[in-house]
Amino acid sequence: MTQADRFTGHDLSCIRAERLVFQGVGFDIASGGALKLTGPNGSGKSSLLRLMAGLLRPASGTLAWNGGDPADEPGEFRAALRYLGHQDAVKPALTVAENLDFWASLAGARGDGTAALSAFGLAALAPLPARFLSAGQRRRLALARLVAAPGRLWLLDEPTVGLDRASVAALEAAVARHRDAGGLVVVATHTEIALPGAAELGMERFAPARPAAA
Amino acid sequence: MLAGLAAILKRDVRLALRQSADNGMAVGFFVLTVILFPLGVGPEPAVLARIAPGILWVTALLASMLSLERLFAADYEDGSLDLMALAPLPLPLLVLTKCLAHWLLTGLPMVVLAPLLGVLLSLDPAGYGTLVLAMALGTPVLALVGAIGAALTLGARRGGVLLSLLVLPLYIPVLIFGVAAIDAAIYGTGARPHLLLLGGALLAALALCPLASAAALRQALE
Amino acid sequence: MTASRLGRPTMSQRRSGSSLHRFANPSRFLRLGRRLAPWFAVLATAFIGAGLYVGLFVAPPDYQQGESVRIMYVHVPAAWMALFVYTCIAASSVVSLVWRHPLADLIAKASAPVGAGFTAIALVSGSLWGQPMWGTWWVWDARLTSVLILFFLYLGHIALMNAFDDPTRGARAAAILAVVGFINIPIIKFSVDWWHTLHQPASVFRLGGPTIDISMLVPLFLMALGFTFYYLLLLMLRVRSEIVARKIRTAQLLQSAP
Repeated sequence: MTQADRFTGHDLSCIRAERLVFQGVGFDIASGGALKLTGPNGSGKSSLLRLMAGLLRPASGTLAWNGGDPADEPGEFRAALRYLGHQDAVKPALTVAENLDFWASLAGARGDGTAALSAFGLAALAPLPARFLSAGQRRRLALARLVAAPGRLWLLDEPTVGLDRASVAALEAAVARHRDAGGLVVVATHTEIALPGAAELGMERFAPARPAAA
Repeated sequence: MLAGLAAILKRDVRLALRQSADNGMAVGFFVLTVILFPLGVGPEPAVLARIAPGILWVTALLASMLSLERLFAADYEDGSLDLMALAPLPLPLLVLTKCLAHWLLTGLPMVVLAPLLGVLLSLDPAGYGTLVLAMALGTPVLALVGAIGAALTLGARRGGVLLSLLVLPLYIPVLIFGVAAIDAAIYGTGARPHLLLLGGALLAALALCPLASAAALRQALE
Repeated sequence: MTASRLGRPTMSQRRSGSSLHRFANPSRFLRLGRRLAPWFAVLATAFIGAGLYVGLFVAPPDYQQGESVRIMYVHVPAAWMALFVYTCIAASSVVSLVWRHPLADLIAKASAPVGAGFTAIALVSGSLWGQPMWGTWWVWDARLTSVLILFFLYLGHIALMNAFDDPTRGARAAAILAVVGFINIPIIKFSVDWWHTLHQPASVFRLGGPTIDISMLVPLFLMALGFTFYYLLLLMLRVRSEIVARKIRTAQLLQSAP
C-alpha cells in the first residue's frame, strides 16, 4: 500500500422509514486506523455503515474519501471498498470455492481463493456445495471474501456473529494484517473484538433527543 | 470489467442450471398454455391459424413475466445485491448482464420452441421465419423491460401480482408489433416495418432499461 | 463535477437542499393549503358550471353529429387532464428522485388517483360518444389503446406506492415508474398522427392553430380550466391529509418509544 488513505465524515444524519435514526455523526480515520461502532439495537450502526458504503444517502452531512466525495468517483471508491453486511451472500447451489471466486472476480482479483479460504480454515471445504455449511462456516466464507481481493477500506457489520473463538481470532489476525498494510477498517459490533488503537463511536450519543419525526 | 460481467453471466447460468426450477417452469408454462388453446378453442385449423401469432406472443409474454419475479429477488434476499451494487462495475451493465443470462435461459428456449408450437397451432407456413425473427427481437425487450418491474417490486407485498400490473402495460407495444409482423408476413403485406420497429425498440431498451432498473435497484437497497 | 443521473445528485446538490428541511415545509404547506383550497373550490365550481352551461346550451350543435357532440365538452377536457396530471406526476417524480424533496413524493401520491379518475372519465365518455358517432363502444386503435395503457400506468403507480411497508420506498419506486412510463405521453399525443386511427386527429393543440370554431373552443377551455382547478383543489386536500397521516404515524411512534 503506497497511498495514505483518509476516510472522514462530517455532521451525518440518516432518515429511514420517516424516522430520524441519528444526526451529527462525524469520524476521521486514516491508513492503518480502525473505528469501532457500538450502541444498542436500532441506534443506527448498520445504517451508518451502509451510509459509508454509499448504499444509503445521508439526509445531511458529507463524506470524504481522500478529500473527495465518494459519490463523485464511485468506481474508484468501490474498487477500494469491501463491505460485509448482516447477510452472507452465499449461494447454496454453488461450491465454497465457486462462491468465493465469483466475488473475487467481481472485485477484479485474479487467481484462486485458496489462500483466503485457508485464512479462515475453509480450505478443506472448498469443493463442497455451500448448502452443507453451518451458519458459522458461511460467515467465515463471507469473511474470506474480504481477503480474497485486497481492498483498502473494510466496512464490517457484526462480523463475529456465529463465530467460535478460533474464527474470531482468525478475523482479528486478518484485520491486523489489513491495517499493517495501510488499510482502514470500520467495525460495528456488540461482542468483544481486539482492535488495538481503535477509535470508538457510541451511536447512542447521536440519537435524536426524543424520537423525532422526519 | 469484462471479466466481472462474464463472472456474473457464468454464475447466473450455473445457478439456474443447477437449480433449474424457475426458468424451466417458465418454458414449461409457455408450452403447456399454448397447448391449452387448441383444446379450448377447438382444433379447427382455420381458426387456430388465424389466432396463432396472438396465442404465441401472449403466452410468451406471460411466461416471461412469471420468471422475472426471481430475477433480482434471490440476490436481494441473501445480501448479494448489496455487494453487486458495491462492485466497481457500473450497475446498469450488471443489470444488462443479468438480463442477458435471463434471456438465454428463458427467452431463447421460447424462440426455439415457438416454431414447433406454431405447427401445433397450424400457423401458416409463410409466418415461421418472421415468427422466429420477431421473437428473437421481442423477447430480449421483454426481459429488459421486465427487469425494471422486477427491480421496482423488490421487497413489495404481493410482489408477483404487482409485477404483472406494472409490466404488462409496458409489454403491450411489443405484443402489438410482434403479432403485426407475423400477420404481415402471412398476408404478404410486408413484415419489414414491424420488424424494424421491434429492432428499434430493442435498441432503445438496451440503452435505457438498464439505467431505470439500476436506479430502481439502488432505491430498493436504501 | 460528474453529471447527475437518476438517484445520484452531485456534491453541490447533496449539500444545498438537504439540511433536514423536511421539518420546516409540511407546516408551511398545510397553512398554504388551508388558504388556497376554498379559492380552488370556488373557481372550479365557477368554471365547470360556466363550461357546462355554455357547452350544453349556448354552443351550436355539430352539423354532422347533432347534439351528441356535446359529450366532447366532458371527454376532451378529461383527456387533457389525464395527460396533464401524468405530466405533473412525472415532473414531481424527477424532483423527488434528484432532489429528494418530500413534497414531491406527496404531490405524486395525491395526484395519481385524480389522474386515474380523469382517464376513466375520458375512456367512458369517449365510449359513450363513440357509440352514436362510430357505431361501436370500443375500437382497438392507437389512441384508445395508448390511453388504456395510461390508465393502467396510473393504477400501477397507485399500487406500487402502497405496496411497501416503508412509505418512502413506495414513493421512490413509484417515481421511477412514473418517469419510465412518461414515454406513453407523446405516444398518446401523436398516435392519431402516426397511425391510421378511428379517433379523429388533433384539432386544438396542433401546429397551424385549432381547426375548431371559437364557439366550441370557449366551452372546451372553460371546462379545462374548471377541471384544472378541481385537480388543484383535490391536490391540496389530499396532500394535507397525507401530511396529517404522517404526523399521526409519528405520534404513534412517539407513544410506543421507550
